[in-house]
Amino acid sequence: MRKGLSLFNVTSLVLGFAFLYLPILILVIYSFNDSRLVAVWGGFSTRWYAALWQNQPLLDAAWVTLRVAFVSATVATVLGTLAAVSLVRFGRFRGRTLFSGMIYAPLVMPEVILGLSLLLLFVAVDLDRGFWTVTLAHVTFTMCFVAVVVQSRLVTFDRSLEEAAMDLGAPPLRTFLTVTLPIIFPAVAAGWMLAFTLSLDDLVIASFTTGPGATTLPMRIYSQVRLGVTPEINAVSTIFIAVVTLIVIAASFAMKRQFVADCTRPA
Amino acid sequence: MNVALDREQKPANGTRQEFAPWKDPSQRPLVRFEGVTKRFGEVTAVDGLSLGIYEREFFALLGPSGCGKTTLMRMLAGFEEPTKGRVLLGEQDLAGVPPYRRPVNMMFQSYALFPHMSVRDNVAFGLKQDRLPKSEIAARVAEVLRLVKLSGFERRKPDQLSGGQRQRVALARSLVKRPKVLLLDEPLAALDKKLREETQFELMELQSSLGMTFMMVTHDQEEAMAVADRIAVMNHGCIVQMGTPAEIYEQPATRYVADFIGDVNLIEAKVTARDGRNVVMQSGIIAAPLRAASDAEVAVGADVALALRPEKVKITVRKPADATENFTRGTVAGIAYLGDFSIFQVRLESGQVFKAARPNVTRFTDQPITWDDRVFLSWSPEAGVVLTQ
Repeated sequence: MRKGLSLFNVTSLVLGFAFLYLPILILVIYSFNDSRLVAVWGGFSTRWYAALWQNQPLLDAAWVTLRVAFVSATVATVLGTLAAVSLVRFGRFRGRTLFSGMIYAPLVMPEVILGLSLLLLFVAVDLDRGFWTVTLAHVTFTMCFVAVVVQSRLVTFDRSLEEAAMDLGAPPLRTFLTVTLPIIFPAVAAGWMLAFTLSLDDLVIASFTTGPGATTLPMRIYSQVRLGVTPEINAVSTIFIAVVTLIVIAASFAMKRQFVADCTRPA
Repeated sequence: MNVALDREQKPANGTRQEFAPWKDPSQRPLVRFEGVTKRFGEVTAVDGLSLGIYEREFFALLGPSGCGKTTLMRMLAGFEEPTKGRVLLGEQDLAGVPPYRRPVNMMFQSYALFPHMSVRDNVAFGLKQDRLPKSEIAARVAEVLRLVKLSGFERRKPDQLSGGQRQRVALARSLVKRPKVLLLDEPLAALDKKLREETQFELMELQSSLGMTFMMVTHDQEEAMAVADRIAVMNHGCIVQMGTPAEIYEQPATRYVADFIGDVNLIEAKVTARDGRNVVMQSGIIAAPLRAASDAEVAVGADVALALRPEKVKITVRKPADATENFTRGTVAGIAYLGDFSIFQVRLESGQVFKAARPNVTRFTDQPITWDDRVFLSWSPEAGVVLTQ
């Protein structure tokens, strides 16, 4: 199909992509820069990647971030899936609109406000800030994303499948575990990966809710950048981009498989 | 055309004997709906309905969409609770019994096959819930798959099957637990015509050879007539008429049933006299008085309708010789050639259009009737049914 591939279309496509990806491309290129000066090209090298392994604070921060992301994504997936199921399944219960609105609110709530309110809460209940407060905060703001993804899957879910399972003798919980969950699993997995990446690159909320000994990678990078951009930061950022990209691709594959499964399912 | 198969006689144990437990007052129905009402908010789906289904019966609930037939079935399956009244299975009141504890199984209109399971796992699902030993599950799955002619398809996933095969898997899955009642929700609606007819016969055979009780919901009157022992015609949450296919077709109780089941000519008329077995009527569209045999109590002066099936109306070029016959004249306005039958649309002198069916018994006729021909329509007093409702 060459139709529609006019000069105008090509130009706007190139410009659009350049706008989106040029900064990232430059960052990736400079992560392989041999020179210590950020803006001067001194030949190709992977020395900054090697140097990363000597940078203990950076490695610690990466480890904290991964743990926070893993735990918060898992908890958020469980809670978000339950929220989605109750929203879709219980029909028009009293206060349903309010409830669904409240689940979606964190999607549009400014992160600064969310972070601040969480900080106030943790202070009020006298919770020592650190790993668990960051994790809790991340559960709070990623849960709604999981709920949205799973809910969009559930609205197209054929309820007669669940009825058939119950009709054949499976009580509700077993029906959910053996029929509903396996069928919506790609959406749940996609929700998990979304929550994982959101937690991975969050700076604002983590800054508000963290404490000593639980500095996340985005926070570490941010604080180092304030002292000047080093090629090391470029290297760690490149790895970061790679990880996030892989997860997003995996999530979209999971969703796509789900979509194909939906389309080919007997009507 | 509607072929009302005579199902009074049903093969059982190799001999044909009459199957009509509803005529025997000593028999108790297996399933009983007693004064059942179901409301969804303001809408009344089922309205104070009572009904009994007997063991080994093939029962069909027939009605247009929204008449409450599916709701009625779902109350037996346990997916809906009656607002009022009771549903009994045997002597057990099913109120409060969840679907997974009821000894009935349902075949869903969408088939509702589990897409992530193979054919074998779909069929075995119900048996696994009962925690039967593995060897028994395997044996029963193999047996039921043989029954529906799907042996060899065990490992396929539902999306690797044709529509007809999926229908069989759904049937096998609902049969395998040997339910006391098998509920069929529009079981053949998704199949094409040829396959539907074949499957109808297979369903009947399966039902009588397994000796099971089937309850079917359908909007397709031909399907209901073909397979069912008894049919309940529903409208607006009530049963309008219940009986064997032949009774419902030949003796419709109301204008609604006559019109819903098969093709019919309805003539509105006023009763003028009673002449022995015959009721004499005068209608606005046919000049001559109409005569129809009726055992019903019909008062002189009452407004009635004469229901006349197209295949009972004779269409001829010459005036019929028999003086006892009712007849009228008209012009052929349309002919639908259906192969086995031709349907003639005849415009009467009053402007009303009448339908007459003629079987095409020979390939050529001496006097073919064609468009714009002047014809006589005639029917015997026994052909029509006098409807008071």
